[in-house]
Amino acid sequence: MLAVLSHVNAPKLQKPQRTQGGGGGEASSNLAETNYIPFSDGTIHYLGQHIAVVVADTLEHAVRGAALVRVTYDPKPAKTSLDEHRASAKEKGTQQSPASFAKGDADAAFASAPLKVDQIYRTPYEHHNPMEAHGLIASWEGDYLTLYDSSQNIFSVRRTISQMFGVPPENIHVLSQYIGGAFGSKGSVWPHVVIGVMAAREVKRPVKLMVTRKQLFFTNGHRPATEQRVALGANADGKLVSIIHEGFGQSNNVCTFVEAFTASTKVIYDSPNMRGVHRGVDLDLPSGTYMRAPGDSTGMFALDSAMDELAYTAKIDPLQLRLINHADRDPLTGKEWSSKSLKECYAQAAERFGWSRRTPEPRSMRDGRDLIGCGMASANRPSHRAPASARALMRSDGTVLIRSGSHDMGMGTLTVMTQLAAETLDVPIERVRMELGDTNLPQTPIAAGSMTAASVGSAVFGAATELRKKIAALDGVDPATLDPATYTAVLRRHYLNEIEVQFNAKPPEEDPYSSHAFGAHFVEVAVDADIPVVRVRRVVSAFAGGRILNAKTARSQGLGGIVWGIGMALLEQTHLDTKLGSFTNVNFGEYLVPVNPDIRQLEVILVEENDPHVNPIGVKGIGEVSMVGVAGAIANAVFHATGKRVRELPITVEKLL
Amino acid sequence: MNPFDYVRVESATAAITSGSRAGAKFIAGGTNLVDLMKCDVERPLHVVDINALPLAAIERVSGGIRIDALAKMSDVASHPLVTRDFPAISQALLASASPQLRNAASIGGNLMQRTRCPYFRELTFAPCNKREPGSGCSAIDGENRTHAILGTSDACIATHPSDLAVAVAALDGVLTIRSANGERKVAATDFHLIPGRTPHLEHDLRHGELITSLFLPDAAHAQHSAYLKIRDRAAYEFALTAAAAGLDISGGIIRSARVALGGVGTKPWRARAAEGVLSGQRPSAELFRAAADAELQAAKPHEQNKFKVELVKRTLVRALTDLAGGVA
Ligand SMILES: Cc1cc2nc3c(=O)[nH]c(=O)nc-3n(C[C@H](O)[C@H](O)[C@H](O)COP(=O)(O)OP(=O)(O)OC[C@H]3O[C@@H](n4cnc5c(N)ncnc54)[C@H](O)[C@@H]3O)c2cc1C
Ligand code: SF4
Repeated sequence: MLAVLSHVNAPKLQKPQRTQGGGGGEASSNLAETNYIPFSDGTIHYLGQHIAVVVADTLEHAVRGAALVRVTYDPKPAKTSLDEHRASAKEKGTQQSPASFAKGDADAAFASAPLKVDQIYRTPYEHHNPMEAHGLIASWEGDYLTLYDSSQNIFSVRRTISQMFGVPPENIHVLSQYIGGAFGSKGSVWPHVVIGVMAAREVKRPVKLMVTRKQLFFTNGHRPATEQRVALGANADGKLVSIIHEGFGQSNNVCTFVEAFTASTKVIYDSPNMRGVHRGVDLDLPSGTYMRAPGDSTGMFALDSAMDELAYTAKIDPLQLRLINHADRDPLTGKEWSSKSLKECYAQAAERFGWSRRTPEPRSMRDGRDLIGCGMASANRPSHRAPASARALMRSDGTVLIRSGSHDMGMGTLTVMTQLAAETLDVPIERVRMELGDTNLPQTPIAAGSMTAASVGSAVFGAATELRKKIAALDGVDPATLDPATYTAVLRRHYLNEIEVQFNAKPPEEDPYSSHAFGAHFVEVAVDADIPVVRVRRVVSAFAGGRILNAKTARSQGLGGIVWGIGMALLEQTHLDTKLGSFTNVNFGEYLVPVNPDIRQLEVILVEENDPHVNPIGVKGIGEVSMVGVAGAIANAVFHATGKRVRELPITVEKLL
Repeated sequence: MNPFDYVRVESATAAITSGSRAGAKFIAGGTNLVDLMKCDVERPLHVVDINALPLAAIERVSGGIRIDALAKMSDVASHPLVTRDFPAISQALLASASPQLRNAASIGGNLMQRTRCPYFRELTFAPCNKREPGSGCSAIDGENRTHAILGTSDACIATHPSDLAVAVAALDGVLTIRSANGERKVAATDFHLIPGRTPHLEHDLRHGELITSLFLPDAAHAQHSAYLKIRDRAAYEFALTAAAAGLDISGGIIRSARVALGGVGTKPWRARAAEGVLSGQRPSAELFRAAADAELQAAKPHEQNKFKVELVKRTLVRALTDLAGGVA
């Protein structure tokens, strides 16, 4: 064994400065647990918190060593139940993302509305469970650190570590070239990163630290459980006059994260009166964090379930109800959409699905022992973009190198950016190579919020465009007329081995448009009439996400999102023992995600959009919109099949017996 | 994990000698033992690898078939002697775990696998009478959705996890167990124990004893048997509820019935009360329901697993209905 570090002997670290919002932009530090410096004192905030690290020459020795550490506890009462502590719910929003919004007088309009739905919906704790567990290798040479970290936010890791360890950011080299999944859980600097870097500095050797699967259920974020009230008021013709969406989710004292489940409510359906608020209930439990489609996936389950309930109350087809309440402008801000093809999504997916063959009565469709049900829901996710830079270099042999910090978590960043550069320069894709996942490369934002394609894409597009201009300028010709076949000849003529440009892409300060990706899901479920386990037979989803850079990777994002949505609807939940304050099903045997036979027929329709406003390359994010709404569509299909409305996820057999 | 030594043995005698040392454990496929060692629940000092023993055959013997303890789950599931004469066994195996696990895991290890109760396996800081006798049971008023409703005690409500064991219990399997003193035979239904006040004692196998084979007796109800498993996801999950059933129906009358339930018992639950209701009767929906009701009278559900009472009844009724050719 080489060292045991804990609050007893750990070096004191600086508290990093933090910026609001947690997006981890250019200069922000991004310690996930803002109010807690690992090993800074003997306080245990939640069960599972790292309290010591053992460093040894082999993994086996370290694991054995850790088992021999003796801890004495001074127990204090802990708050662990969301339900019991509901009264302490409070708004924990930031300026950039406030916890509440309002337009008109939603309560008065609801009170006098002829048609009403007013229900409570619940979503459970869920964990990201990327296949590749979080882990790192940290190696110090004097005041210089090389850090291989499985991260979707390398520049923020550099910034945070720089501030905490008091070394300049230039001394820190963070690499994250291949990532085996992240889904939001690797967007912040979790305690193990700080601990691993600290350990390497103390033992003066490179240190490898892997978080175990079980630990991942406690120390690297989860989707907090929520309880949401949705109240919809409508006229007899189904037109909404009021939307109220309020409630709370679990939060804690060390982290600012709150599940912002009202985010989509501001955007998706039109109503003259609306208000929403999401509050946090601070419990002595692990920290919540961003998990694929944070806020939108949980909130839209509630909102689109309520819309379905309203459709039955109003005796209007659920799809028709959505069309009646289609928002022609951003309902809250009144801004024009940069582009919106939600109606096309509804139309194409409904047609392909055969929605018109659905008989409206619940329990009216059967297939042998199975009750059959069809349901639908809408999807939405804002198109974010953040500043990003890229360099483009051409060599005299005609090969091109694109370099940009960025991340590829498996979603195809490398492929799509290479393609975009090749297209912009009009050269064969085989000649283009890209390097990413390295803080020595130009800076890019966190790979989250479905914004990599838009942000990094705008930078790569800009760099490739500038490169073309620079080559044209050598000969003083118009770049538009420069024949790509002559690039190498131009370079040689000017005795240049290579030529390079950097482009810094920035979104406008004030955006006159509201930009969102939209989509629609249509789902068919089968529920055995006696043994009511739900199986999803068929999903047809359509997404409009601006320009589709690569149909294959876009479709994969669509399929992945639907699969996750099926898991969210029927399987995923981390059980919490409130007496112990511990999650219990903390392994892949008992934390259920869909397996092959759970996934039957999935169809993804990509509705092409020409969006001249959203960003220079016209793309919106599609990484998350695909899972928003799936759970609601399935819950609605289950109601149609069985006549039972399940308002609490996941929809397991006991809720239908 | 704790330090241990490892020895590979080539004969049953050597296995028993090695396995009789204090702190010794046999390892077959390792799919349960290694997991539990990583969780710090099993802490063997000596790991005795029995994979080299010549104990992997599946053979017809007088009055039935013999499946050796080291036969792989996948090999047994697809063996013609099993699929033809004991379909419930094959179906139970195919509904278990995943193809990779079934390729690695043995029949002996399967019958010996330990509960999936999270307080036993994962949350080793929490009280658990099975792991630490006398410490208490965290599940009784904790997270108990997956726990047992039959054969429970105030000390433990953990479910026996094996699917195979349920089918074996239904079809009157007999285990051959070997020790330094020779061989003995134990009916599968007597092999696993209910927890009572001693949940840490799970089976009738003394330290150092080796399971060498499983015998399944031929019977008409065995040939006409099935295994139905209900779970949240379509594969790769332990049973919420399960039913193994065999019916010998002739002349419109149930001549013999065999029933066992899974996912609901602290041991593989042979349902003799249900069998009593079924025997000698004409199959009907009412009869099947009456059989299920009779067996579940003794059920003792807890906060989160109340649904299992009704679900397992419906599971059994469905299994019987399908076996009887859809009478219900
Ligand atoms: C993710 C997962 C899902 C699973 N799902 C299911 C499921 O759905 N249904 C199901 O039934 N099972 C399931 N299993 C359990 C699996 O079937 C068992 O782990 C497996 O059968 C154990 O066999 P093994 O040969 O690997 O046993 P080992 O791990 O080698 O041994 C297990 C125990 O048996 C003892 N042992 C082994 N052989 C003998 C012998 N001949 N004599 C005496 N003692 C012996 C060992 O000492 C040890 O204590 C699952 C397992 C996992 C990991
Ligand atoms: S049910 Fe049994 S195994 Fe589970 S905690 Fe209680 S005593 Fe332990």
